[in-house]
Amino acid sequence: MKTRSKSVWLTFIVLAVGLALLPILVQAGLGRSWVRVMDLALLYIMLAVGLNIVVGYAGLLDLGYIAFYAVGAYCYALLASPQFGLHLPFWALLPIGAAAAGLFGVLLGAPTLRLRGDYLAIVTLGFGEIIRIFLNNLNAPVNITNGPQGVNLIDPIRIAGFSFGKTHHLFGLTLSSPQLYYYLFLALTLVTIFIALRLQDSRIGRAWAAIREDELAAQATGINVRNIKLLAFAMGATFGGVAGGLFAGFQGFISPESFNLMESVMILCMIVLGGMGNIPGVVLGAILLTVLPEALRYVGDWQRAWIGHVVIDPTDLRMLLFGMALILMMLFRPAGLLPSNRHKREYHNES
Amino acid sequence: MDIFVQQLINGLVLGSVYALVALGYTMVYGILELINFAHGEVTMFGAMIALAVISALIGAGVDLPGVVVALLGLLAAIPACMALGYTIERVAYRPLRHAPRLAPLITAIGVSIVLQNVAMLIWGRQYISFPPILPQGYHNLLGARITDVQIVILITSVVLMIALTLLVQRTRLGRAMRATAQSPQLAGLMGVNANTVISLTFIIGSALAAVAGVMVSAYYGLAHYYMGFLLGLKAFSAAVLGGIGNLAGAMLGGLLLGVIESLGAGYIGDITGGFLGSNYQDVFAFFVLILVLIIRPSGLLGERVGERA
Repeated sequence: MKTRSKSVWLTFIVLAVGLALLPILVQAGLGRSWVRVMDLALLYIMLAVGLNIVVGYAGLLDLGYIAFYAVGAYCYALLASPQFGLHLPFWALLPIGAAAAGLFGVLLGAPTLRLRGDYLAIVTLGFGEIIRIFLNNLNAPVNITNGPQGVNLIDPIRIAGFSFGKTHHLFGLTLSSPQLYYYLFLALTLVTIFIALRLQDSRIGRAWAAIREDELAAQATGINVRNIKLLAFAMGATFGGVAGGLFAGFQGFISPESFNLMESVMILCMIVLGGMGNIPGVVLGAILLTVLPEALRYVGDWQRAWIGHVVIDPTDLRMLLFGMALILMMLFRPAGLLPSNRHKREYHNES
Repeated sequence: MDIFVQQLINGLVLGSVYALVALGYTMVYGILELINFAHGEVTMFGAMIALAVISALIGAGVDLPGVVVALLGLLAAIPACMALGYTIERVAYRPLRHAPRLAPLITAIGVSIVLQNVAMLIWGRQYISFPPILPQGYHNLLGARITDVQIVILITSVVLMIALTLLVQRTRLGRAMRATAQSPQLAGLMGVNANTVISLTFIIGSALAAVAGVMVSAYYGLAHYYMGFLLGLKAFSAAVLGGIGNLAGAMLGGLLLGVIESLGAGYIGDITGGFLGSNYQDVFAFFVLILVLIIRPSGLLGERVGERA
C-alpha cells in the first residue's frame, strides 16, 4: 500500500516537472509557433472538459457549444478593446464572460428541456448558428460586434500589472508571451479538470449520470430533472465562456469565423475520440485533435521534397482527414480511445 | 402589395426546393430515425456534377439548345447522386445500425465533412456560376414577376412530389417502405428485405436531392462546395416543421419555410425599424425549427413524439 502511494507521488512529480519544462523544451526544439499550438490545445482541453459535462455526464447532445465560447470571447473583446474604448481589468472580464456564457447556457437549456438526442443536437446547432449570424451582422445600424471584420487590438491578459503579452525575465529565464500564456492556461486547465473530476463523483454528478441513463427513473427517485439539466448546460457554458475570454486575450483578435459549426463538431469529436465521460480520455482527445492537424503542415514539405511541388494544399486536406477519421473511429472504436467503464459496457452490450 | 406577392412567389419557389430535399431527410428519418447530415452535401454534389457536365458540354462546343444542355447536366447528376447516397448508407450507416445513437450521428457529420472537402478539392473554393443557358423570360402575375425558371422549378417539384407520393402509397416498394418504417423486424417477417428497402430509400432521396441541387443552382445562378450545409439544415428544419417521417408534412413544411423565409427577409427591416436587415434571412429557419420543437415537436402533420429521438 505504502509503495503504491509512493509511486503515485513519483508519477505526480514527474508529470508536474514535465508540464513545467514542456514549453521551454518545445520552444527550443520546435519553435515558438508550437508553444502557441500548446496554448490552443490547453484552451481546447478546457472546452472539451466543459462540453463533457453536458454531453458526457448529463447525456445532452450539444452541437452549438462553440456559441458559449463565442459569448465569452466577445464579452472579453468588447470590454477590453478600442471597440467601445473600454479596458476593464482581467479580474472583471473573466467573470463577466463566464457569467454571460452561463446565462446563455440557461437560455438555451430552458426551452429545450423536453428534447433529447438528435432533436436536441439539431436545436443546439441552430442556436450556435443564430449566435454566429448575429455576431456577423450586428455591425449595422449600431455597430456592436464590428461584423465580419471582428474585433481587433484586444488587450492582452494582464494580471496585477503583469502582462502576458510581453516577454519577461523571470528566475533567470527568458519567457516569451506564448510560454507565459501556457503557464496561465495550464493552471486554469488544471482547475477546470479538478472541478470536473470533483463534480463527477458529487451528488450532482450522480444525478447527471442518472438522467443520462434513464430520465424517467431519475425523476422517480426524486431528482429535479429540470434544474439538474439546466445546471449541466450552465456549467458547461461557463467553462466555455472562460475559455473564450482567455482565447480573446491570447489571440488579440476575434471574428465570427472562429466560432462556426465545425468548431463545435471538433470539440464534440475530441470528447468522442478520447472517450466520452472520462476526463483523461477527453484531455487526450483534445490534445490529439489540436496537435495532429498542425502536424499536417509538414505534409506540404513532404510533397515538395518527394514530388517537387505542392499538389494538395495541406490546409485543404485537414478537414478531409478529420472527416474520415470521424467515420473510421465510429466504425472501429466507437467508445473512444480511453472509454469510461460505463460507456465501455454500453458499447459491449449493444454490439 | 406587389412586394408581398413577389416575396410569396420567391418563397414558394424556394420552398418547393426545400421540400424536395426535406423529403430525403424525412424518408430516412421515418425508417432509420437517423438525421442524414450528409443529405445536404448530396444536393451540393448534384449541383456541382451537373455544372461540371454543362460546362464540359459548352466547352466542347456542343450545339444544342440551352435547356437540353441543362437537362443533360441533370441527367448526369441524378445517377451520380443515387450512387453517392447508396454508398453513404453502405459505408457509414449500415455497419452502425445497432450501435448507440451517437455513433451514426457522428459518422453522418463525418461523411458530410468528407463530401464537402472532396468537392472543394475537385471544384475549388470559389463560387461556380451557372452558365446563362436557360431562357430569361418572365411573366407578370398580380403585379409581381415570375420567371420561366421559377415556373419550371415549381412544376418539376410538384410533379416529383406527386410521383413520390404515388410511389409510397401505391406500389409494392412503397408498402415495403411503410412497413419497414413501422417495424423493421415485423416487415422482415413478412418477407421484406429491410436492407434493400433502406438502400432504395437512400437512392430515391438522393435522386430528389440531385434535382433540387441543380434547380437551386440554376435559380441562384451559383454553386459552391459549402452550399449543401445550409440548404440541408433548412430542409431538415422544413421536415421537422411538417412532422418528421411524414411525406406530406415535408412538402408542406418546405413550402411554408420558404415562404416564411422570403417574407421574413422582405419585412424584417420594417418590423424592427431597420435594426435587422435581410441579411438575417438564414436565421428564420433556425427560429422556426426551435419554435416548432418547443411548441409542437411532432410537427404540423406528424404523430411521432419528440421524446423518442
